[in-house]
Amino acid sequence: MISSDMIMELVRLILYVVGFLAFALFNAAYLTLVERKVASWSQLRPGPIEVGTWGLLQPVADGLKLLGKQILTPEGADLILFKLAPVMVVVPGILCLVTLPFSDTIAPRNFNLGLLMIFSFGAIGVFAILLGGWASNNKYSSIAAARVVAQNIAYEIPMLLVVISLVFVSRTFNLHTIVDQQMGGFWHWNVLNLKASLMMPVAFLIYFICMLAETNRAPFDMVEAESELVAGAFTEYSGMGFGLFFVAEYLNIMVGCCVGTILFLGGWDCPFGLLPGLHWFLIKMYALCFAVIWVRWSFPRTQFYGLLNLSWKILIPFALANLVLTALMLKLFH
Amino acid sequence: MKAFLLKSKFEVIALQGIPAPVAGVETATAPLPLVIEMEHAARGTNLDVTVPAERVVDAAKILDDAKFMIEAITGVDWLADRQLEVVYDFTHAASGERVTVRTRISRDQPKLPTISHIYGGANWHERETHDFFGIIFTGHPQLIPLLLPEDARFHPLRKDFTA
Amino acid sequence: MSIEAQSILNETFVLNLGPQHPATHGVLRVKLTMDGEYIMDADPVIGYGHRMHEKMGENRSYAKFLPNTGRMDYIAALFNGHGYVGAVERLAGITVPERAEYIRVITSELNRISSHLLWLGAFLVDLGGFTPLLYCFDDREQILDLLESVTGSRLTFCYYRFGGVSSDIDENFAAGTRTFISRLRSRMPMYDGFVTKNIIFRKRVEGIGPISAEVCRKYGATGPVIRGSGVAYDVRKSEPYSVYPKFNFDIPVYHECDSMARYKVRIEEMVQSMRIIEQALDTLPLGPVMAEKVPRTLKPAKGDCYYNVESARGSFGVRLVSDGSENAYRLKLRSPCFSNMSLFRECSAGMLLPDALALMGSLDLVIPDMDR
Repeated sequence: MISSDMIMELVRLILYVVGFLAFALFNAAYLTLVERKVASWSQLRPGPIEVGTWGLLQPVADGLKLLGKQILTPEGADLILFKLAPVMVVVPGILCLVTLPFSDTIAPRNFNLGLLMIFSFGAIGVFAILLGGWASNNKYSSIAAARVVAQNIAYEIPMLLVVISLVFVSRTFNLHTIVDQQMGGFWHWNVLNLKASLMMPVAFLIYFICMLAETNRAPFDMVEAESELVAGAFTEYSGMGFGLFFVAEYLNIMVGCCVGTILFLGGWDCPFGLLPGLHWFLIKMYALCFAVIWVRWSFPRTQFYGLLNLSWKILIPFALANLVLTALMLKLFH
Repeated sequence: MKAFLLKSKFEVIALQGIPAPVAGVETATAPLPLVIEMEHAARGTNLDVTVPAERVVDAAKILDDAKFMIEAITGVDWLADRQLEVVYDFTHAASGERVTVRTRISRDQPKLPTISHIYGGANWHERETHDFFGIIFTGHPQLIPLLLPEDARFHPLRKDFTA
Repeated sequence: MSIEAQSILNETFVLNLGPQHPATHGVLRVKLTMDGEYIMDADPVIGYGHRMHEKMGENRSYAKFLPNTGRMDYIAALFNGHGYVGAVERLAGITVPERAEYIRVITSELNRISSHLLWLGAFLVDLGGFTPLLYCFDDREQILDLLESVTGSRLTFCYYRFGGVSSDIDENFAAGTRTFISRLRSRMPMYDGFVTKNIIFRKRVEGIGPISAEVCRKYGATGPVIRGSGVAYDVRKSEPYSVYPKFNFDIPVYHECDSMARYKVRIEEMVQSMRIIEQALDTLPLGPVMAEKVPRTLKPAKGDCYYNVESARGSFGVRLVSDGSENAYRLKLRSPCFSNMSLFRECSAGMLLPDALALMGSLDLVIPDMDR
């Protein structure tokens, strides 16, 4: 029989689905505007100011423009994979939002394996870019796709190592519990949790760098590498297909910043322990997003082998050291 | 000073002189001495050398051994003489001295050896001269159009060229 | 190993860089034969911007060719103009008054600074750093305003005439130039910290794209390319022209032969250009800016001559053959970018694609100058 509980649950689910789709896509769209504004401030120019005051309607204009373009399929492209790739690249970002708790009460589902779920879905995004690059039947795209895989494999490893050492400390994959353990002021936050591991701030830095690389942001944007490979894996995409790749990039940034906030910066906790809530989560998340955008416009692109060297020869040893140190301190002091 | 030292070497090469213009056609220019030394400010060169077409490779070797760098190769179409002149410009980086090497070939059979195996930069200069004048540099590894389209069969800088 | 397996391992593919490409500054096509990420052979295909200026030189009178000089290397257009009027003046025996020579030097050096600033921004964009471009354009805007006030154009200058310059400079120009120089001097430390000391930038250019002095000599590469390979060849010092002998300036030479050396040469050249401009403004003589009795239709004496100047990109030369008529008989334009690019094939063999692009960026190419 259909009980009132089930109906309530159904309504709640529908609200969350609609809400999260709206939130995710609204954020992805307006992050493009934030990016353009930060770019222009660092370059001494005003940025988008024509469409709406302060350019606030610019993402709407961009979206309408992309919708109005003709969808071209290159000759010789694998039709199914070509059309599947943009769809596949957006899905993981939205799915990850299901497990993320935004505040004490706002969380669609409280999975016990929430952290594991996020990293599993993250891998699907890489796969989608690879498919898109290969299915375009274009040499530039194939080169870019190969680079994406190499880059993402290289940077998954230190990120996972850092997160595992965090899991040692928190003893759970449940994101809600991880935040609960950090409540009470910034000295409880994981980034400053020196009782667990002396290298925690370094771990946060490693996580931030890996997040830049996983989301293919400059200085690790070999995928797009505008001045070398035109648009890399997305060269052959037009209209909304390209738009979806774009949306997915900003969505990934947002999800990466959310996860960083939850894992290291105390989630919805206030720095002084006073009024925790959704607003603090959003402030921290957007601060991390701003840092990501800021880094993009300050540095040129690294060399591809420089990028891989950084991961395999520097980040992984440090992440391993952090892991061993955490385990050691856990054994000795607890 | 460097150019002056090379003067004697060039005089050895310039023995045979310019080929005679086609019989019956009036020579537009009076015959010049073959190796002239001059002030830089007068004509923009320190040594002006005229060699026969077959000896341009030897001239280039002399300049390569003396560490000159190749500056430009170009042609001039002397329609009245029925000859094409090829002018090579060389510069010495350390001293700033210049040497100009000239040679003349007949307009109907414009052929002379390439110097691209001595100076790599001559590769492009000779391709450009071939584009504009139709001069064939024998032994050139890639004498296809450089500035003109790949299928161009005309030579714009010839004086009898009509579009 | 069987032949089939070997051919798979040695599989190369041809990749077209351009002609429409953000990193080739203009329409340049390079046919790359690649083995994975490594370049086996790079064959540049040029001529997409070829307009046959040399034939135009034969089809019109000497004065009518003056606007053409600004259209070849449009970023450093005054140098091309200087080369052409210098060649004609040499053949026709026209002496330029001193004040005009000083003005030519001042405007040329300002043009050199603006050309290097644009190169700096574009080079960083090639490497992926988009922001310094806007800072360089900020400085460059002031130069363009100064030059516009005296020449009338911002980019394709047609300012020099046979026997002098077309209009005199005034106090506003001198004051504006001095203000600009002091401002740029104060911003050089910012460029130093933002770009030269940036670790990612340094990793992209240090040791990348080596061009030995011998290769430069064989290919005729001049300008910052040869000065970054340890050879102190600058036309202003080796074959002095105009009034350059009167000024104290140094020629920056670096011996590392890599892209970083060429970068440092250009930064230092900007500083030296500022020195020259200040000395020229301080000692600017009074007098006419145009030689007297220059005929309307110029008919230089029969003969030929060569005149070269140190452009922002290298040695720009003009070989002029005159037959005594009012059109040139043969006008050869020796382009520095043409010779600089010719060494790309030999130097880029075996390089990674991004390294080859860093090398090409450090050569400072302007394709219309290469193609003429």
